[in-house]
Amino acid sequence: MFSYCLRRTLAAVPVMVVVALFVFLLLRLSPGDPAAIIAGDMATPEQLDRIRETLGLNQPMYLQFFNWSGDLLRGDFGTSLMSHLPVTTLMAQRLEPTVSLALLSMALSVIIAVPMGVIAAWKHGSLIDNAVMSLSVLGFSVPVFVIGYILIKIFAIDLGWLPVQGFSRISEDGVGAFLEHAILPAMMLSTIYIALIARMTRASMLDVLGEDFVRTAHAKGASEKRVLFKHALRNAGVPILEVIGTGFALMITGVVVTESVFNIPGLGRLTVDAILSRDYPVIQGLILVTSGAYVLINLAIDLSYALLDPRIRYQ
Amino acid sequence: MNAMAMGLESAATSSVLDIRDLEVVAQPAGQRILKGVSFSIAPGETLCLVGESGSGKSVTSLTVMGLLPKGSLTVSGGSATLEGDSLLDAGPARMRALRASRMAMIFQEPMTALNPLMRVGEQIEEVLVMHRHKLGAAERRQRVLEMLDQVQLPDIERIYASWPHQLSGGQRQRIMIAMALILEPKLLIADEPTTALDVTTQQQILKLIKELQERHGTSVLFITHDMGVVADIADRVCVMRHGEVVETQPIEDLLRRPRTGYTRQLLTAVPSLRPRASREVTDREIVLEAIELEKRYGERSRWQRFVGKASQQTLAASDINFALTRGRTLGIVGESGSGKSTVARCVMRMIEPTAGGVRVLGKDIAGLGRAALKPHRKRIQMIFQDPFRSLNPRLSIGTSLIEGPVNYGASKESAMAHARELLELVGLPGDALDRYPHQFSGGQRQRIAIARALAMEPDVLVADEAVSALDVSVQAQVLGLLDDIQRRLGVAVLFITHDLRVAAQICDEVMVMQKGVVVEYGPAERVLGSPAHPYTRSLMLAAPGRHWDFAAFRPLADAPIDDASVVVSSGP
Repeated sequence: MFSYCLRRTLAAVPVMVVVALFVFLLLRLSPGDPAAIIAGDMATPEQLDRIRETLGLNQPMYLQFFNWSGDLLRGDFGTSLMSHLPVTTLMAQRLEPTVSLALLSMALSVIIAVPMGVIAAWKHGSLIDNAVMSLSVLGFSVPVFVIGYILIKIFAIDLGWLPVQGFSRISEDGVGAFLEHAILPAMMLSTIYIALIARMTRASMLDVLGEDFVRTAHAKGASEKRVLFKHALRNAGVPILEVIGTGFALMITGVVVTESVFNIPGLGRLTVDAILSRDYPVIQGLILVTSGAYVLINLAIDLSYALLDPRIRYQ
Repeated sequence: MNAMAMGLESAATSSVLDIRDLEVVAQPAGQRILKGVSFSIAPGETLCLVGESGSGKSVTSLTVMGLLPKGSLTVSGGSATLEGDSLLDAGPARMRALRASRMAMIFQEPMTALNPLMRVGEQIEEVLVMHRHKLGAAERRQRVLEMLDQVQLPDIERIYASWPHQLSGGQRQRIMIAMALILEPKLLIADEPTTALDVTTQQQILKLIKELQERHGTSVLFITHDMGVVADIADRVCVMRHGEVVETQPIEDLLRRPRTGYTRQLLTAVPSLRPRASREVTDREIVLEAIELEKRYGERSRWQRFVGKASQQTLAASDINFALTRGRTLGIVGESGSGKSTVARCVMRMIEPTAGGVRVLGKDIAGLGRAALKPHRKRIQMIFQDPFRSLNPRLSIGTSLIEGPVNYGASKESAMAHARELLELVGLPGDALDRYPHQFSGGQRQRIAIARALAMEPDVLVADEAVSALDVSVQAQVLGLLDDIQRRLGVAVLFITHDLRVAAQICDEVMVMQKGVVVEYGPAERVLGSPAHPYTRSLMLAAPGRHWDFAAFRPLADAPIDDASVVVSSGP
């Protein structure tokens, strides 16, 4: 088990190095002079020189890379060209809304989708199954922002139960206020994952329910609930975890839209702003952080396979 | 059923299981799967339910357990009572309560019948959790450990905490038996419980079931297609065919005086353990030769070397030598893990041997690269075990048959014409060319697989358990076909099997393998007729029904080898 974890963790290191290299080259290989891109169209030659100096662009490429990654390892992601604040400070301010929203959405998706998928598989071919499948097609095909606006129309404007937009941090205003603001964005964000996870749960459960050991469980006199949740669901778990993991990774795109619709000051908004203003250090920092999150999530998923399945553990 | 038998059982309440005119139909077409099945089992009795695939024997047992696949099969008539309780009228909750406590079932595939994500001890304990609510955790554990001991597992504390994948097939089947019998049910249904096991393991499991049955007074409904097993364990036998009971008789009567033609046919199809007379050698040309062939698994990866992981190499096959001449059949026999399939795959170059040579028509192909190997590939062709998976379901039979020849440059037309001849050779109509695999039965598919192999005009056929998945009567036909083809075309056959009866009927020479090495190699008559090696003897002794000459409807006057000879010489 320990060796398995260690191997998986070490395997993540080269991935991060490649990501870092890519991010580094992103600025260096974009067409034209990075200093010119950063300085904008109206810059004077002196300004350009100064930018080259501060970015170290007059050094050889490999030295630049080593200096830059050395800074990264010390936690220095550079300074924003627009706000002149350290990139780490900017991201730290925006981290909580995004992470708390993503976690809430994922929790919501899993809690709703897994039972839906299990029941659909159990009642395979029935009305419930068809309803679940149709809903999931709907969940896939309706654009995220449309769902967001419909939710706002119903729950915030017509019923007046929830705020139209804005955000409250758990760290400042407590869980209640957070949920009040986050529940609609989380519902919007989770629609597609509910669809995805429910479908995968159903498919995976259908496979497992045809297995011999499920018949054994029935032959032992186990109740339906026990067969479904104790024997089948865990065996169906690996593909479901897989989707949850990929879902998390894909969620960042959803977060960008959601944060715009609900005016939430999170990383998604920061990303959009940074791209629009070509704030390269911020873009680089965001890419590094999100890809780092991808890698960590995948690592966590890989390790949870091993927790789930002893056969993987002992390999 | 005759009057006497009825008389014996007519104290119907005394029977443990009583099935009357049971009918099951397939939904939604309404096709009748069981057409009025009747039999009963007395306390402590073993009733064998015998029949070929599709006879309805498994459906009968699943009906009793209430485990018919929902929506596709439903009971449409008749009755099934367990100690006077009607099983067909019982609701789901009542059925759940009856399962495991008064009737229990074990299945064919021990490898898949256990939940891979639960420790086996917990899986047995679950039965107690569900049916004996009053037992405390410590008591439950104690009961499970006792049961593990009863099914004669070693080191029960360790087994209790093991995962299924850490146990062998035989051990898993013991776990299943422990699970089935822990509540001392009155009825044990065993659906081909030993079919997937090696003969020696099979013998142990059968013995175990017998012992536990006597100890607990359990009645056993034993489903099998293997007449050898029937001869060894049955008190009475119920023969089924096409969803009907053909005849029910006490075992001796059935084996000596079968009443129906179908039972006679089943019995005569059982291959004899006594090797057939050796055939004359007509051609001395060696077509396939293995020289000190070796396959080693478990080279350490770079990472494993880096962390200093101890080398765990397995010799799947070592020092294999044999020579196969034109028109002869060499059998490789052994239990699972003996390396017989490894040898077949090395010879085919489907896996790379780690040392030694393979000569096809005198040319060593062991070290050849892909391109250099190509002209030799067609010289040696394979027939696989499972005809349901070895043919591409999306290709018509004709396309499957001509694929090989066309790859080797034949024109489509000539290949198709040849394919038509081959189909006739294997006993199928020429119009089968345009049909698809799902339109054929298992036996027909295996004929097609043979035709496909022959389409390449090979010098050697490698048959890996080629008749193991077939019913005995079909098995006999396919073996006859192989024999016939061999005589006509002079092809040599390397026949891999675990079934000594089959080996005795088709092989000229036999090579017995155990744990990757050859323990005995020689003419079939000698190796199977008077085996010299203790392992070969133990295999022969474990062969079920070896005292019975099925085709002659009488016991063998002299069993192929007798127990005494083994006791004397079983030392090293």
